[in-house]
Amino acid sequence: MNTTIMLFLVQDGITNGAIYALLGLALVLVFAVTRVILIPQGEFVTYGALTYASLAAGQMPGTAKLALALGIGAFAFDLFVARKALHGRLVVRSLLTNVVLPAIVLALTVYFAAQKPPVAVSIALSLVIVAMIGVYLYRIAFQPLAHTSVLVLLIASVGVHLALQGLGLLFFGAEGQRGPAVLSGAFTAGALRFTGQSLTVYGITIAFIVGLWLFFGLTLYGKALRATAVNRLGARLAGIRTTLSGQIAFLLASVIGALSGIMIVPITTLYYDSGFLIGLKGFVAAIIGGLVSYPLTAVAALVVGIVEAFSSFYASNYKEVIVFMLLIPVLLLRSLAAPAVEEEKD
Amino acid sequence: MSALLSVTDAHVAYGKVEAVRSVSLEVGANEIVTIVGANGAGKTTLLSAIMGILPLKGRVSFAGQDLARLDIEDRVAMGLGLVPEHRELFVTMNVEDNLELGAFRIERSRAKSSIERVYALFPRLKERRKQLAGTLSGGEQQMLAMGRALMGEPKLLMLDEPSLGLAPIIVADIFRIVTELRASGVSVLLVEQNAQAALKIADQAYVMELGEFVLSGKASDIAANERVAASYLGFQHEGASAI
Repeated sequence: MNTTIMLFLVQDGITNGAIYALLGLALVLVFAVTRVILIPQGEFVTYGALTYASLAAGQMPGTAKLALALGIGAFAFDLFVARKALHGRLVVRSLLTNVVLPAIVLALTVYFAAQKPPVAVSIALSLVIVAMIGVYLYRIAFQPLAHTSVLVLLIASVGVHLALQGLGLLFFGAEGQRGPAVLSGAFTAGALRFTGQSLTVYGITIAFIVGLWLFFGLTLYGKALRATAVNRLGARLAGIRTTLSGQIAFLLASVIGALSGIMIVPITTLYYDSGFLIGLKGFVAAIIGGLVSYPLTAVAALVVGIVEAFSSFYASNYKEVIVFMLLIPVLLLRSLAAPAVEEEKD
Repeated sequence: MSALLSVTDAHVAYGKVEAVRSVSLEVGANEIVTIVGANGAGKTTLLSAIMGILPLKGRVSFAGQDLARLDIEDRVAMGLGLVPEHRELFVTMNVEDNLELGAFRIERSRAKSSIERVYALFPRLKERRKQLAGTLSGGEQQMLAMGRALMGEPKLLMLDEPSLGLAPIIVADIFRIVTELRASGVSVLLVEQNAQAALKIADQAYVMELGEFVLSGKASDIAANERVAASYLGFQHEGASAI
């Protein structure tokens, strides 16, 4: 192998790894705050990517309707839970955030889809749509189960994943789609060629990681999220609603997923079910990080990306196998290093 | 009704086992009320249920409002605070962040002055403000747990075994601060195994045995009661811990 190929593979690996890093961080975040292992993270990726690609192609994405339907469901849940002590403010607030907001977004989507919107508008709409889907899903599928075991939450998570994947097939069909590049053009530096799209991936990933770091380190809501992850009862005693923390975590996870999708879809053709495998690679990184460590997850994600790039060069048939095999030595080491613990009840 | 907190005919059960039976109590404004009793009498269970952590049958009202449908977080926002036995600190975050989060439901501008008040009450916390909560000593953690609860500007602070496992000198400090809280207008509901120290600073007292209140009245009367003296104070010397 010559240096050029090696550099090219490393570059390719880092581009993919950056995306896995974002997804892995979202998985760690959601797990720490809500104890949900977010299998549908991959669907957020596909939904973001395909909503963006559909809009760019002048088609109406079904996800906007799904957001409204889920919002109505979330509103119904809010009403049902508060049925014994309904008061006007609560109803109005829930109606605004769960029904009026997605209805406005749906109207905007219908309006813009008809006239091939500019890239920025497509991105914004896709992000908002998927973010709403994420938050309403939390309200409908996970918030009512918040007090149950990790296993129950995992089963719910698998259910949501299967449902979303099926809906994805309905909305986008079995054909793959590609979207327009966020930043076109390219330049070369020595042997390496940088496309605008890969630079976008690096830029957004770094900006997001720095943003998350600032959010968690400096803002009250960021700290509240960390507090919920560290000690749920302590957080509640400080007046921090675990449901609020869960909503923020799902909001961030769905935005991260959608953004990752929007960044990948100009590079690779995505199908309605492609997200699952992409999400799983983020998951591999998150597992290597023990589902708790953000820096370890980010580093592991880059390793996953690079291993994937090299294995697709040398043994492309086995590239997924090789990537997932990374888990075995890591889990083995972790099981030897950590004492056996029973699942905590809380 | 003038009582700040009033609990009427409360029952708390773990499954079929009733840990608290038919308990009624009142805490007035500017009052320290203590519940004393042996390990396993149901004191912690009762506090948890008043806070909304455990389901309670019966009536609990706070500042004139029925708490039945309110979550823990709503009760905190109303001015009810609990410092639980295990403190439940955010151990991987520093002292200042722990305190700041205690004021999650309070306006930002007021939180700034609250933190100075807490530092004035516990100068030790100010020295350690950048240290992670998990690396503090037991006494400092207890101070931080109390400080965090005070950041929420409670009208009533419930303390669960604040002296448990602490050195006598720190225990004395914590009890002194409890009386200072009363002076600053915060009522305190204090659960203690260290009955002697608790009865000394309290206005009213309840004695709990096997999930029921067996005696109640002025703290000074309870301290003088022969039965209490025999069960809870009898074997102790002045100032010694009951544990």
